[in-house]
Amino acid sequence: TKEEKQRLRKEKKHQKKIKEKKDDKEEKPVGAASQPPTQPSQKGDLAPAPAPVPVPASETPALADKPAKSKADLKAERRARQESERASKQGKKGDVGQPVPTSKPKAPPSELQPVVKRLPEHVQVDNPDVLKKLAKKLERQQIPLRSDYGYKVSLFSHLHQYSRKAPLTQQLGIPSTVIHPAIVRLGLQYSQGIVAGSNARSVALLHAFKQVIRDYTTPPNEELSRDLVNKLKPYISFLNQCRPLSASMGNAIKYIKKEISNIPSQCKEEEAKSKLLSCIECYINEKIILAAKAIAKYSIEKISDGDVILVYGCSSLVNHILCEAFEKKRKFRVIVVDSRPRLEGREALRRLVQRGISCTYVLISAVSYILPEVSKVFLGAHALLANGYVMSRVGTSQIALVAKAFNVPVLVCCETYKFCERVQTDSFVSNELDDPDELIVTRKGKTQLEHWQEVPSLGLLNLVYDVTPPDFVDLVITDLGMIPCTSVPVVLRVKNVDQ
Amino acid sequence: MELQAVLMAAGGGSRMPDLTYNTPKPMLPVGNKPLMWYPLNLLERVGFEEVIVITTKEVHKMMSTDPKMKDVKMKLDVVCIQEDGDMGTADALRHIQQKIKTDVLVVSCDLITDVALHEVVDLFRAHNATLAMLMSKAHEFTDTVPGQKGKKKTAEQRDFVGVDQSGKRLLFMANEADLEDGLSIRKSIMRKHPRMHIKTGLEDAHLYCLKKAVVDFLADNKSISSIRGELVPYLVRKQFSKTTNSPKIKDDAEDQNQKTIDELLISSRDEPLLQLAQERSCWNDHRGDMSEAYHGGKLRCYVHIIDQGLCYRVNTLAAYIEANRLAPKLFEEPAVHPSAVISERCQMGSDSIIGALCQVADKTSIKRSTIGNSTTVKEKVKVTNSIIMHGVTIEEGCNIQGCVICSNAVIGRGADLKYCLVGSGQQIEPEDERPCLPCLKRGYNPQKH
Repeated sequence: TKEEKQRLRKEKKHQKKIKEKKDDKEEKPVGAASQPPTQPSQKGDLAPAPAPVPVPASETPALADKPAKSKADLKAERRARQESERASKQGKKGDVGQPVPTSKPKAPPSELQPVVKRLPEHVQVDNPDVLKKLAKKLERQQIPLRSDYGYKVSLFSHLHQYSRKAPLTQQLGIPSTVIHPAIVRLGLQYSQGIVAGSNARSVALLHAFKQVIRDYTTPPNEELSRDLVNKLKPYISFLNQCRPLSASMGNAIKYIKKEISNIPSQCKEEEAKSKLLSCIECYINEKIILAAKAIAKYSIEKISDGDVILVYGCSSLVNHILCEAFEKKRKFRVIVVDSRPRLEGREALRRLVQRGISCTYVLISAVSYILPEVSKVFLGAHALLANGYVMSRVGTSQIALVAKAFNVPVLVCCETYKFCERVQTDSFVSNELDDPDELIVTRKGKTQLEHWQEVPSLGLLNLVYDVTPPDFVDLVITDLGMIPCTSVPVVLRVKNVDQ
Repeated sequence: MELQAVLMAAGGGSRMPDLTYNTPKPMLPVGNKPLMWYPLNLLERVGFEEVIVITTKEVHKMMSTDPKMKDVKMKLDVVCIQEDGDMGTADALRHIQQKIKTDVLVVSCDLITDVALHEVVDLFRAHNATLAMLMSKAHEFTDTVPGQKGKKKTAEQRDFVGVDQSGKRLLFMANEADLEDGLSIRKSIMRKHPRMHIKTGLEDAHLYCLKKAVVDFLADNKSISSIRGELVPYLVRKQFSKTTNSPKIKDDAEDQNQKTIDELLISSRDEPLLQLAQERSCWNDHRGDMSEAYHGGKLRCYVHIIDQGLCYRVNTLAAYIEANRLAPKLFEEPAVHPSAVISERCQMGSDSIIGALCQVADKTSIKRSTIGNSTTVKEKVKVTNSIIMHGVTIEEGCNIQGCVICSNAVIGRGADLKYCLVGSGQQIEPEDERPCLPCLKRGYNPQKH
C-alpha cells in the first residue's frame, strides 16, 4: 500500500543519513559547545528556504559528541555545501521532487519528513519533458490532450492557453463511454464559461460527482473505497484539461477523496453510496450556503447607513451580502466596477438593481475618479493563499492599490473552503490564460485585430487572475469571523488539525 | 450511457416514386453504397457502438444480403414496422419507447453529411437543451433532372426559422403552409429576444438530439405523429409558453391528467443543486433585461447551422443525382472496385465509379458516372453524367447521357438515351432514341406516346 511504501522510503533515507552522519563524525572534530550556537544560525539559514525544514531539539545531543572545529570554518563549509545543493536543485527543477533534506547531510533525519511541493504541471508548459509526461498520463487514462492555441506572451509561456472554439469534446467519441456524461457536460460548461465563478464551479462539480456516485457500481473483487477514487482520477484530469481547476474545486475534491477512502470495507454498496451523497450535501450546505449566511451576518455589521460601497466584477458572495444587507434595511448605494473582456460587472449590476439597490457602473479605468466618493470596498476572492495574499479576478489588486492610496478600507469576503496552502507573491508564477480571441471586438463592422496571429511581434494576453498583497487588505470576512489577512495560515493549521 | 442513436429508415421516398417503387429508399445505391450506409457510417465514425434501426421487413431483408451493410461494425437493433406508411417518425419513437433509456439522437436514413457531430451534441450538452437539431443552407440543384422537361420550379414550401443573435438558440419555426395571413411572432418572444434573425434558405437535416423526457412525453401524447412536422414546432413554441414559467396556469387544450413536458423535465433529481450552481454562476446568455440566464425557462431548443461542408438529404431525384456525384468524395476509396473487369481500351474519367463485379468492354467511354455492381457494359458504349444501378446490361453502341437507369434494366443495342429515367427491370428496344423522355416504368408503352 501507499503508506507502507512511504514508510519504507523514510526508513531508507533515515539509514542513509545515519551513515552520512557517521562519516561526518569521523571527518570533523567539532566541539560540543560550538554545536548548539551554530544550530540556531542553521535554523535561520534554512527558514527562508522554499521547503520548510523543521530542526528538532533532538538533533543537538546527537551532534554534541563531535570533535571540535572552529565555528567560522564550519559555517563556511555549510554555506558552500548549501550553495552547491541549491545550484544542483535548479538544474533538476523538472524532476520528480528530490526531497531536499537528503541532499543536505547535516539536515536532521526526523520523522516529520518535510513534504516537498513538486512544481505542478500546469506552470511548466514550456518544459517538453513535463508535457511528455502529461501526455503519457492522459493517454493512460484515455483522455484526449488539449493543444495550446496561439502565440503566448513570453512572460507567460509557461502556462496553458486554450481556444474556446476548440473544445475537448472534438476528440472524444460522442456517446462518451470513458467519461461519465455528467462530467462531459460539466467540462463543456467550464470551457465555455457557462459555469463561472469559484462557488458555482464547486457546486456544479459536486453535483456532477453526485451523479457519478449514483451511477457507480463496484466491479467484482474491488473495494468501493479504492475503486471509486481511481474512477474519479480520469474525470478530474478531464476537467483540468477543459479548464484548470480552481482552489475551491481542489479542496472539494480532496474532501471527497478522503470521505471515499474512509468508507469501511464491510460497508454495503448502497449504504456507502448514500453516505457519500449525504456527505456531499453536507459539505455544500456547511461550506457554501451556511458560510454565506455567516459571512453576510458579519458583513452587515460593517455596513452602515449612508455607505457607498465599491464592488468589482461579479462575486456571488459579495452580491449575496449586499442583497442581505438591503433586506435588513440598510441604506447604502453601490458602485460596480467592471473590466474587459469578461464584463462580468454587468451581471452583478443586473442582480443588484433587480433587488432595488441603487447602483453606479464604471469601468476600471475610472476607478481613481470614483474613489473619493467611496466609503468601503468589498471584494470577492477566488482563493486565499497561505502567505496572506488574495487571489482574485484580474484587476482586483489594482482596485485594492488605489483604495489604499485613497485610504478607503478594503474588505475581502471569502469562505474558508477557498483557503489553500499555496504560496505566491506575484501573478506570473501561476495564473490562467484565457482565450486571446476574447479580447477582439468588432465595432461598426470592423475587426482590427482579426489577423493578429499574422503579426509576428504581436501577442494577446488575457489573464484571468491576479494576487493582492495583504498590505492592501484591511480585513478578511470568513465564516469563522473577521480576521486580518495574515491569520490565514492559522486558519489553515486549525483546519488541518481538525481533519 | 449518454446518447442512444435511432435511425429512421422506414420512409417511403414519396418524392421520388420513380426510383423507389421497386427499391425502398434506404437501399437506393448512392456511390454504390446503400443510402442508409451513410448515416450509419457517420454514427460509427463518431463513436457509437449501437444503433436502433426502425425500418420495414423488406429493407431488413435487403440489409442482411447487402455486402456493404456487413461492413458496419456497430450492433444494429432492427425494429420492423408495418409498411403501410401510416406511422410517422414520432409514432415510431413511441413504438420503441421501452428501449429508450437515455437521451436519443434521431437520424434520418437519407442524410449524407460530413458535419462534425460534436457541434450539435455540444449544444445539447452544454445548455442542457431539450432539443438540438442540425440545419444547413439549402442547395440549388443546377443539373437537369432526367424525366423532367425544363427546370422544375420549386414547389417546396419554405421554412421560416428564427434564431437569436448568437445564431444558436431556436426561437421560431414555421412552415409556409401553416402561415395563412402572414408571419406572426408572439410579443413574449420579442420581449425576451429583441433581436431575431429569420432565415428561409435553410434545410432541415433531420438530425435531432432529444431528451429522454421528450420520448416519455410522446408516449403520453398520442396525437403527435411526426417529429419534424409536429414535435419540433411544438417544442419550439413551448419554450415561450406561459406554462413553462407559471405552473399554475394550465393550457385548456391539454388534458389535465397528461403530464406536461415541463413537469417531465423538472423531475430530475438534484434540481436544487443545479439551480444553486446556476445562481452562483456569473454567466448570462443574454443581456439588456432583468431576467436571469435563459429567462428562467427550462425548455430550450438549439440549432446548429452549417454553411460549409456537405449536408444533403436525399429525398428528391435532383438531390439523389447530386449526392451520387459528391458522396464518393467523402471517402478515400478507389474509384474502380478491385473485382471489376475493365478492358484496357476503355476511357474512364477520374470522377466515375465502377462497382464490384462489373464488366466493361473495349472502346467504351465512361465519364462522370456511377456504375453499380454486377453491371455489364458492352463495346462502344458512351456513358456520360449518368447513374447506372446494379445488375444493368448495356448492349453495344449505346449512348447514354444524363440518365438514371435503375437496377436490372436492359438497354438494347444502339439505344440513344438522353436525360431519361429507366425504371427497374425495364428493357429498352435496340436502336431506340429517347431524347429527354419522362421516366419509363413498367407497363408504360413508349409506342403509344
